[in-house]
Amino acid sequence: MRRGLKITLVTVTGAALTLGGASACGGKKAGGDSGDDNGKKTLKVGLAFDIGGRGDQSFNDSAAAGLAKAEKDLHVTTKEISAQPDEPDSDKESRLRLLASTGYNPVIGVGFSYTASLLKVAKAFPNTKFFIVDADGCKVEGANVAGSCFSEEQGSFLVGAAAALKSKTGKIGFIGGVDVPLIQKFFAGYEAGAKKAKPGITVLPPKYLTEPPNFNGFKDTGLGNEAAKGQLDKGADVIYHAAGGAGIGVIKTVGAAGKWAIGVDSDQYNQPAVADVKSHILTSMVKHVDLSVFNFVESVAKNQFKPGTVQYNLQNDGVGYATSGGNVDDIKTKLDDLKAQIVAGKITVPTKPQ
Amino acid sequence: MTGPTGPTETPDEPDRRDGPSDPAEPEAAEAGGSAGAPEVPRPADPDPSESGVARKGGASEGGAPVQAGAEAVPSWKAILRGLGPTGLGLKIGAPILALLISLGITMILLRLTGADPVSSVQSMVDYGTQQHSIVDIINRATRYYLSAVAVAIGFRMALLNIGVDGQYRLAAFLAAALGGAISLPAPFGQILVIVAAVLVGGLWAAIAGVLKVTRGVSEVLSTIMLNAIATGVIAYLLNDKRLAEPRPNSNDVATATIPHSGRVGPLNGFLSAIGIDLPGAVYGLLPLAIVVGIVFWIVINYTRFGFDLKISGLSPSAAQASGVSAKRMIVITMVASGAVAGLIGIPGLLGESYDYSLNFPAGLGFTGITVALLGRNHPAGIALASLLFAFLDQTSDILQEVEVPKEIVGVMQGVVVLTVVIVYELVRRWEIRLQQRSVAAELATGHDLAREAAGSTS
Repeated sequence: MRRGLKITLVTVTGAALTLGGASACGGKKAGGDSGDDNGKKTLKVGLAFDIGGRGDQSFNDSAAAGLAKAEKDLHVTTKEISAQPDEPDSDKESRLRLLASTGYNPVIGVGFSYTASLLKVAKAFPNTKFFIVDADGCKVEGANVAGSCFSEEQGSFLVGAAAALKSKTGKIGFIGGVDVPLIQKFFAGYEAGAKKAKPGITVLPPKYLTEPPNFNGFKDTGLGNEAAKGQLDKGADVIYHAAGGAGIGVIKTVGAAGKWAIGVDSDQYNQPAVADVKSHILTSMVKHVDLSVFNFVESVAKNQFKPGTVQYNLQNDGVGYATSGGNVDDIKTKLDDLKAQIVAGKITVPTKPQ
Repeated sequence: MTGPTGPTETPDEPDRRDGPSDPAEPEAAEAGGSAGAPEVPRPADPDPSESGVARKGGASEGGAPVQAGAEAVPSWKAILRGLGPTGLGLKIGAPILALLISLGITMILLRLTGADPVSSVQSMVDYGTQQHSIVDIINRATRYYLSAVAVAIGFRMALLNIGVDGQYRLAAFLAAALGGAISLPAPFGQILVIVAAVLVGGLWAAIAGVLKVTRGVSEVLSTIMLNAIATGVIAYLLNDKRLAEPRPNSNDVATATIPHSGRVGPLNGFLSAIGIDLPGAVYGLLPLAIVVGIVFWIVINYTRFGFDLKISGLSPSAAQASGVSAKRMIVITMVASGAVAGLIGIPGLLGESYDYSLNFPAGLGFTGITVALLGRNHPAGIALASLLFAFLDQTSDILQEVEVPKEIVGVMQGVVVLTVVIVYELVRRWEIRLQQRSVAAELATGHDLAREAAGSTS
């Protein structure tokens, strides 16, 4: 026991030393911070990512791109914080609260799952402007909250039509990241567009990589690989993915097999991750998350902030299809005709699979 | 500790080393190190080579009833069951030492990532002690605590219930669907939801227990697979054609919201009555977690069931010989573990979200495993461990604020658990060796301890 006592003494002394040191140096840091704040008067934008975070080559990266553009064009300072997988709403709430309370204004939440938490925190910080990408139900409340939502089904409708028109086997496929209503919406539009363009087309049953709460389907490229092989084996020669980072695996596999892949969220033709198979990217369903983020930051910077949501659809080019590579040039008139019909309200695109 | 059993085992020594017929024996002798019984008569030869890191023993079930002593328990079992030093000074000193070592390692890691370790830790402490953070930490710790207790129940008899995750998600989901479907006056609605969750969790875990005793399926495998099945079942049922409520234009799918009469209000009113004013909402079911912890402690330490549980874990054959049905114990333990697991999601369900949606927290079952290891399966230890983990998770966001990748928090948690496990095991062995040395010294001076003990009791 004598030695035990000695160890305890040593540890206690060590603890005292460590803690003493910590508090001394911490004080210095805090002082430096406040000095910085007084020096600059630029907008400090705080952005909280959805699961996947920066580097998902998709949704979150698109938001990051919008923020980066704002940083460059509008001279704002930015801060990004990512989410953890499987976290409860209270985590999102405290993340937004952290951003707001440390002086970030405006604060942006990326992903529909932030909606409830953001509305709650916005009430506590009436002088901070909040923005939610993919506002759930396309509804926000409060004089300091704005949101964007997207008609993904409309863009998917057009790429579905492109897939049907380009398919030689008469079979096209769809690979979704996670089996959630948001991704089902992509499939609903895709299927409807394909059937509209070519009524005899076979749309293979959608393949969702994972079931919630497993959100690996947005990340794991291996899962994308396997699923793409499965759909190719079933005879599909055009495959549309709505699987975020996992979709990189889809594009690579489909490209290696010499078939068409359709990208999602941003114009994937120009992405370095799939550069070696980019000649096999037919088009991409573009969802301008970047535009919505930039527009919002700009509105705050120019004191033109308006609360409420903005619906991004084909009409205002918030969603659409990409033409990079020129692979859809021959069917462009047909696609634009369909687009005009949707904009005119002649075609209503379903948001749920039939 | 095991003085009297030591000398009686000595004549067996050659058999123990050479006879591999009983798989548990060489394992035990090796893992227990030279601190084992054979060393006792050779006090002058302390064999310093054995002070290595905790070695993982194989999957040996303690087969021989003679190994009643703690030094015969293989390291992995000792770690799982939360065996540690017995002296009070060591009990307090070991975790403090471990935490300091892990703090040191963390600081080095922070330095390696290019951050200022001291200010990083300082900003974590600053953020973690804000009132909002405290509320979040308490709520988070409540979830971790229930999860870790569920895991610890299995650990106590060396059953690895990896399926806590599936058990609590399925339980919370079905209980949420039930609570949202029927409206009962308080407190019946709440009781119904809680009972339903306990039943579902217990039944889901029982599948693994029954498979183990009837078909010999390892509970590790069956519970992992049951997790996957639970995910599939929930994904199938969480659909607006089935148990979910249609929510037009929403990207979320959720069960019907539990009516106001079925919810549990926050604990803040009670807390401010005793002088603690906190913002936000502290889970109203926090006391439930405390009660679960106390019941766990009493059952394990003061009931026959708890004794049977410990014995079955230590040595199934010894338990069998004294009339305990190991099969029955396995099923009951799994059910108890699953029943507690069923409670994990309930404080959040009745106190915060009021429905089971895509945003319902997942993965708590796995956090529970590490928290239980860190808490040494002791209710109080688990409480401290869950608070520590909740603090680390809560403050991971502030690290990004100061330009440190938040993944470092995961590394910190790993470092803490590893350090605690290793330090405990080393201190435990060191203490055993120390005791044996003093016993040996007594013997060398000619005292007959056995006779003295007999004399003092008569």
